[in-house]
Amino acid sequence: MTIIKTNNLNLWYKKFHALLDVNIPIEKNSITSIIGPSGCGKSTLLRTLNRMNDLIEGIRMTGEILIENKNILLPGTDLVSLRKNVGMVFQRPNPFPLSVYKNITFGLEIHNIKSNDTLDNIVENSLKSVLLWDELKDKLKSHALNLTLEQQQRLCIARLIPVKPQILLMDEPCSALDPIATGRIEELMFELKKNYTIVVVTHNMAQAARVSDDTGFMLLGRLVEFNKTSKIFTNPEKKETEDYITGRYG
Amino acid sequence: MERHFDRELNELREKLSSMASLVELMIDTAVKALIERNPELLGEIFNSETEVNKKHIEVDELCLKLIALRQPAGIDLRFITSAMKINAELERIGDQAVNISQNTANLVQQPFFVKLEIIPQMTEVAKSMVKDCIKAFINKDVELAKAILLKDNDLDQQKKDVFKKLISNIIENPAHTEYFIDLLLISRNLEKIGDHTTNISEDVIFMVLGQDIRHHHLFDNHKV
Ligand SMILES: Nc1ncnc2c1ncn2[C@@H]1O[C@H](COP(=O)(O)OP(=O)(O)OP(=O)(O)O)[C@@H](O)[C@H]1O
Ligand SMILES: [Mg+2]
Repeated sequence: MTIIKTNNLNLWYKKFHALLDVNIPIEKNSITSIIGPSGCGKSTLLRTLNRMNDLIEGIRMTGEILIENKNILLPGTDLVSLRKNVGMVFQRPNPFPLSVYKNITFGLEIHNIKSNDTLDNIVENSLKSVLLWDELKDKLKSHALNLTLEQQQRLCIARLIPVKPQILLMDEPCSALDPIATGRIEELMFELKKNYTIVVVTHNMAQAARVSDDTGFMLLGRLVEFNKTSKIFTNPEKKETEDYITGRYG
Repeated sequence: MERHFDRELNELREKLSSMASLVELMIDTAVKALIERNPELLGEIFNSETEVNKKHIEVDELCLKLIALRQPAGIDLRFITSAMKINAELERIGDQAVNISQNTANLVQQPFFVKLEIIPQMTEVAKSMVKDCIKAFINKDVELAKAILLKDNDLDQQKKDVFKKLISNIIENPAHTEYFIDLLLISRNLEKIGDHTTNISEDVIFMVLGQDIRHHHLFDNHKV
């Protein structure tokens, strides 16, 4: 089932046309990776999916972004609930400068969510879902910035969970991590896909090949090819894709 | 943009190409020994076989190394996996040439002799198929690969003709049955060589188009 679909999505940063007629379908409970050379618009596309670009001055969009068949570009879209539904994980882990515990409950507080569950339970379940509970259950009061980078990145994923998102956007989530930590985050992504839909931007093509079900290749603001990951990396349809994945681009 | 990787892929291309020249020479020599009734030529074949076996292992090692170290994708991946399959086919073509030379060794010991034009004709066809399938691989030439698939039908027909002829020879001349059977086996070896070249051609088509045309009777929509 398709959970996200863009229809002729165009985006301009003032005069600069950064996304051109992008049509991308994202399957529910799958991992989709977006690859392409620097500056091709990967992060821009990712940020449109929860309208994080809105804050940028001079931005303009046309077309549609359907999330569960609702066009989130329509005026009157509730951005707060959109961003609860579509969470974002960044390149550098950016936990709040608070305790582990507070990092997780913070989202509930700012969204003023009343839950039947106790905060303790929410913290435990969120940490469990990112496989951090066993490591951190005795360190809930410690400062998040004292964790390893990988733990910080997991915590940044964990803190999205209490607000019950369906979609997780990840912009190069492993680029600050070593290969072992990267492998563990990838394992976590496989776990998370049972309950969430993941869209990940990555410069690491081996990572895209390893983790994703579908892959989109972007070039100069266009989605050149969107296909099953196995197809993209063995026998892509477009020459530009072939040149990129074989390192001939440029 | 020429990548360092392209130089390594060229090395692979050259190794397969020289392996193909070797097996072609082996076929040529085996049949020449038969026609000229000269068993001394057969020694060369065993030297060539050793050389082919060595190259067979080298090519496999190079392919594994390139897969592990370069993590190829797309056309590079299809090129390397095709190279591995072609490598195995060439080695088997070499084995067929060895089989021919063993039958030849039997044949030339016998005083009896019939001239069978069709065997050198088949040899020419088989050799040209070996040459062309490697050329198709090197030049990524799908049309040439397809032409080989058609040529194989000729070779099959020639083998059938040989069988018919030899069977009537056996009936007329039962005392020389063994002689005719050796000839028959040689035509069968030549036909097998053709089959290996069609496998190579199918690998070439897959490599270039990413389209698997093997066993196309299994899939209605696959046309050569
Ligand atoms: N706030 C902005 N204002 C103007 N132009 C921008 C802005 N953000 C991005 N761009 C431009 O839009 C294009 C796409 O940028 P984007 O960050 O989406 O690329 P990217 O594919 O994520 O690149 P990278 O791989 O380097 O992260 C680039 O040319 C960039 O310079
Ligand atoms: Mg980016």
